[in-house]
Formats: sequence, C-alpha cells, structure tokens
Amino acid sequence: MSDERLRPTSGPPRAAIRIVSLGALATGFAVASLLVGSGELGPGQVMRGLLAHDSTSASIIVWQLRLPRTLLAVLIGAALAVAGTVIQALTRNPLAEPGLLGINAGAALAVVTGIAVFGGGSALASTWFALVGAAGAALLVFVISTRRSRASPTRLLLAGVALGASLSALTGIMILRDATAFTTFNSWVVGSLTSRGMDVVVTVAPFLTLGFALALLSGRMLNVLTLGTEQATSLGIPVRLAVGAAVLSVTLLCGAATAAVGPISFIGLVVPHVSRLIWGADQRRILVSSLVLGPALLLAADIVGRTISFPGEIEAGIVTAFLGAPVLLFLIARRAS
Amino acid sequence: MSGFSRRRAVRIGGLSVVIRPRVIGVTGILALVALTVAALSVATGTYRLELPGVVDALTGGGTATARYLVVEQRLPRAVAALLVGCCLGVSGALFQSVSRNPLGSPDIIGFTTGAATGGLVVILLTPSPSALSIAGGTIVGGLACATVVTLFAAARRFSGDRLILGGIAVAALLASVNDYVISRASLESAEAARAWKYGSLNLITWDRIVPLAACLLVASVVVVAIARPAGILELGDDLATGLGVRTRRQKLIMVAAGTILAAAAVSTAGPIGFLALAAPRLARAAAGFSSVGLLPSGAMGAALLAASDLAAQRILDPFQIPVGLVCSALGGFYLLWMVGFAKTTES
Repeated sequence: MSDERLRPTSGPPRAAIRIVSLGALATGFAVASLLVGSGELGPGQVMRGLLAHDSTSASIIVWQLRLPRTLLAVLIGAALAVAGTVIQALTRNPLAEPGLLGINAGAALAVVTGIAVFGGGSALASTWFALVGAAGAALLVFVISTRRSRASPTRLLLAGVALGASLSALTGIMILRDATAFTTFNSWVVGSLTSRGMDVVVTVAPFLTLGFALALLSGRMLNVLTLGTEQATSLGIPVRLAVGAAVLSVTLLCGAATAAVGPISFIGLVVPHVSRLIWGADQRRILVSSLVLGPALLLAADIVGRTISFPGEIEAGIVTAFLGAPVLLFLIARRAS
Repeated sequence: MSGFSRRRAVRIGGLSVVIRPRVIGVTGILALVALTVAALSVATGTYRLELPGVVDALTGGGTATARYLVVEQRLPRAVAALLVGCCLGVSGALFQSVSRNPLGSPDIIGFTTGAATGGLVVILLTPSPSALSIAGGTIVGGLACATVVTLFAAARRFSGDRLILGGIAVAALLASVNDYVISRASLESAEAARAWKYGSLNLITWDRIVPLAACLLVASVVVVAIARPAGILELGDDLATGLGVRTRRQKLIMVAAGTILAAAAVSTAGPIGFLALAAPRLARAAAGFSSVGLLPSGAMGAALLAASDLAAQRILDPFQIPVGLVCSALGGFYLLWMVGFAKTTES
C-alpha cells in the first residue's frame, strides 16, 4: 500500500479492479435496498414488479416506495461524500465536513423558514431556499474561523459546531411553533429517506448533476490547491476561479441534498478518508471513489436503519452519526499522535 | 487585573477575608437584575393580572384561578429559572477553572449531552421514573461521558484541542443515541422526552424544585469552602502546591461539585446548552477580574436564564418556546463570536 502511494499512477488493471469492486459493493447495497422493506416481497416479486411497472401491489411498492428511496440514497450519498472531499481539500482540514461545519443546518433552517414564511413549499422552492441557506452558512463559518489567522482544524470545527447548534435550535423553534405545517418534519430534521417520492428525486437531480460536474472538473485544481494558495498561484492556477467553483459545487450538493432528505452528517467525513486510504492523495481519484462509496455508505446506513428495529425505522441520519462519530474520534486521536 | 489592585482584607480575630469591592458589586447588580427579571415574569403573562392582583395571589388572597396561576405556575417557573441558571453558571465556572480553558465547560466536554442521554434512558426505559431516578441517570450519564472525553484528551499528553474535539465527537455520537432512544419510545412518552430533550421550564412544578434547591445548597457550602484554593489553583499546579493547596484533592472536589450542580440542573430542566459556557465568561468580563469568579458566574447564570425564559415565554406568545432552544440559539452565536472575535481563545 505505502510503496504504491509513492508512485504517481498505479497500473490500470489494478485501479480497474478496485473501482469495479467498489462499484459492485455499491450495486450490491442498492439491490439489497430494493429487496428490504416492511412489505413482504420475495426477490422474484420485486424483480417482476420492477420490470412490469403495472398496478400490482408489488409493482406499486417497488416503483413508488423502494425505487425512489434507493435512487435518493445513491444521489444524496454521492453528493455528501463529494462535498466532504471538496471541503477537506479546500480547507486543507481533515476534520471538515458539511454536517459538522453547519452547512447542512443552514440549508435546513432556510427550508423550514421558507415553508413557514411563504407557506406550501414545493420541492423546487425548498431546494432554492436550501441553496441560499447552505451558501450563507458556509460563508459565515469560513469567514469567522479565518478572521484572525488561517483556520486551524479546531477553530474551523468549533465555529461550525457552534453555528450548527444555533441554526438547528432555530429550526427546532420553527418546527415546534407550527406543528401542523411541519407534521412530516420530525424525521426529516434528523435526516431521513422515508417517504420521499420520485418527484423529489427528479427535482434535486439537476442541481446535484451540476454540483458533481463542477467538483469533478475542479479535481485537478484541487490537487494544486492542497499545496496552499501561494503555491497554486505560482503554478498558474486561477485560484479565485478554482475556489469559487469548489464552493459553488459544495453549495449545490449540500443544499440540494438537505432539501431532499434533511441534514445528514458524517458521510462527508468518513468517505473521503476511506477513499484516501484506498487511492492515495490524488483528489481526482478520491472524488471518483467518493461518488461510488458515498452511495454505498448511505444505502448501508438506510438498510441498517430499516432492519435493526423492524417493524420500526431509524432515520438514516441517526445511523450515519452513530457510525461516523467514532471515526471522527479516531481521526482526532491519530492527528495528535 | 483591576480586581487585584482594589481588594481589601477584613480581619476578625484570627480569621481574615479578602473583600473585592468590584466583584461584590457586580455580583450584587447581577443578582438584582436576575430577581427583577424573575419578578417581571411572575407579574406578567397571557392571563392579565394587575400588580395588586399578583400581590394578592402571592399573599394568599385573590381568586382561585389567580392563585393557581401565580403560585403554582409562574412562581415555580421563575424560581426554577434562577436556580437552574445559578447551578449552570457555577458549574461552568468550576469546570473552566479546573481545565484552565475558557472552552472547558460542561457543554463542550460532553457532560451535558451525556447527562441528557442518562436522563432520557431513565425517562423512557424505566417503569416509573421519579425526579430522583432521573437525577441519578443524569449524574451517571454525565460523569461517564465526561470521564471518557477527559481520558481521551489526556491519553499520552493532555491537550485542550483534543478535549474540545473529543467532546464534539462524543456529543455527536450521543445525540444520535438520544434520537434513537426517543424514536423507539411510545408516542406519548416520546413527546414528553422530546420536550425534555430540548430543555424546557414549561411544565415545572414545586416538587421538581425542592431537590434542585437542596443540591444547590449543599454545593454552595462546598463551593464557599473551596473558593479560595480554587483561585490559587488557577495560577498553576506547581505554584498552588507550593502555596499549600492539595491540588489533586482540590480538583477532584471541584469537578465533583461542578458535576452535581450540572446534573441537578439537567435533571430539572433538561439540557440547556451553552449557558455554562457563556455565564462565567460574561461574568468575568463584567467583573473585570482575571480569574473565574464563582459568585458572579452563578448570578450571571441566574440572570441569563431568567431573561432567556422570559423571552422564551413572550417572543412568540402564545407559543412557549423551550428555553433550551433559546439558549442554544443565542449561545451558539456567542461561541461563534468567541471563535472569530474574542481575544482569548486557546485554539
């Protein structure tokens, strides 16, 4: 592993084997996500329901419940993982993550405020609000933590946690105040994939696609940016453009993801680190690997949440926090040694 | 440093007490503010009672409705706000003093979240939770969590950074446990637990206040006894040892007192975020005093929580905001300001 990381490129067959096996892992979870659920369906019935797309109950369950849920898990998992990778590269901070930095909390507050003030709230309107909230929270946390000097990992994380606590408290007040308008938000506010229809998937998909494209295109520049802005400037990188593109992609990814499923933490922390263990330091590879591993992690968390206390359900956001927090502890412990 | 320059020793026989006029003045003013706000929240409310009516009700006259509202609802709530705020302020001062870090408060090092987990487990998983068993749960949960975080920070070489980061990580883990425990509970107990989890004084009654007052009384006796060596301890372990302070024992007593105070507060009102962090720092700024003062911190905590609870009752009236959410919202921004603008953050 270690000698391999020193080489600029490992042989194509090896990389291919790795990416194929990661893809197989994610696909396996996706299939499992289609098969698992409270409606008792055998694998054969799921298959027939999926292919037939008619009015049998199996087909309705698969097409209206399980398929949107699985697609959403794939999209959101990838979005949060890629956003985490970009933020970690941008801030050169291994502990940065959209959930812990309060960006998702900002998006969530904006969504809830939008609904409380303007009423109704289509998925599209919510997404626009979420984008504004995510951008605002991201700007605030970066500006404040870098106000006096370059942000140390601790300062950035502390600022993010403080902002996140404030914004979630405000979200809580909004939701408690108008219980009727927010009856379905008790699970959304901890991050849940439950009962989101295909319309949500369709609404957020364009935003996420744009975010993915920006992130992947700026991969090369992120590689240089990890050397520091002075180095990057002297190497001829348009630093402002690169940072702008990266921040825009984080905003798109986190905002749309939060609008769809609520604030989910730790995927953006865990996946980039695991990807770095597998692929080394090249941001382009980490980005591609996050695109595959993010869905795998969120699908797995969602499956665990659906099965562990059957027939009840635990929200996916609770499961990712439970799994991710020990990883954060481990990273802190390793950093200090 | 002005506190040092303007202090006087008062000697009575063999005993001597150092009087710091500014600290006493600030404490007095804060206590006055706290009592005024509390009086205001007793005297006003959705059900309109003129001042004579309130006084009547307090002295046993007036209508039955007025008596019930004032004596059984408004008064216990105001008293609870004062006591819980005082507990959290003193507790935060003790923790910050021991850790010698402005961020080493029970909120940041995971104590509050741990106490909340302990309390929730008792509320939701035991057959008939009482005030005493909830308090036990919060103490056990808070202590266990604080111990884990402190051990984590002290592994190899103690560092303030790791204390803060470890606290954040453990708090995130426990928050997910809290959400899980609530989601597994039956609907009606989940509602009660959710209200408690936010930190609220909405449903406070006299029988919840009695154990809290007892805790505060015991702890304040301890605190008065250890206040002087606590001040010396802030000069550093070596110097304190040289001046005759038994540092280990002293720290242990301070942590124990801080723990009991915080747990008493959490078991009464639920977890109220950031108050224990903010109160000692604001008190210190007001008193212009370089060390963490226990008395001003307690008074500041009481004033802050009384004011927050009044705001929580009135801002969106008739909706009653859980006061813990008000404190989290304000306290989070205060911490954010500390990270960006305050002159003395360690990290």
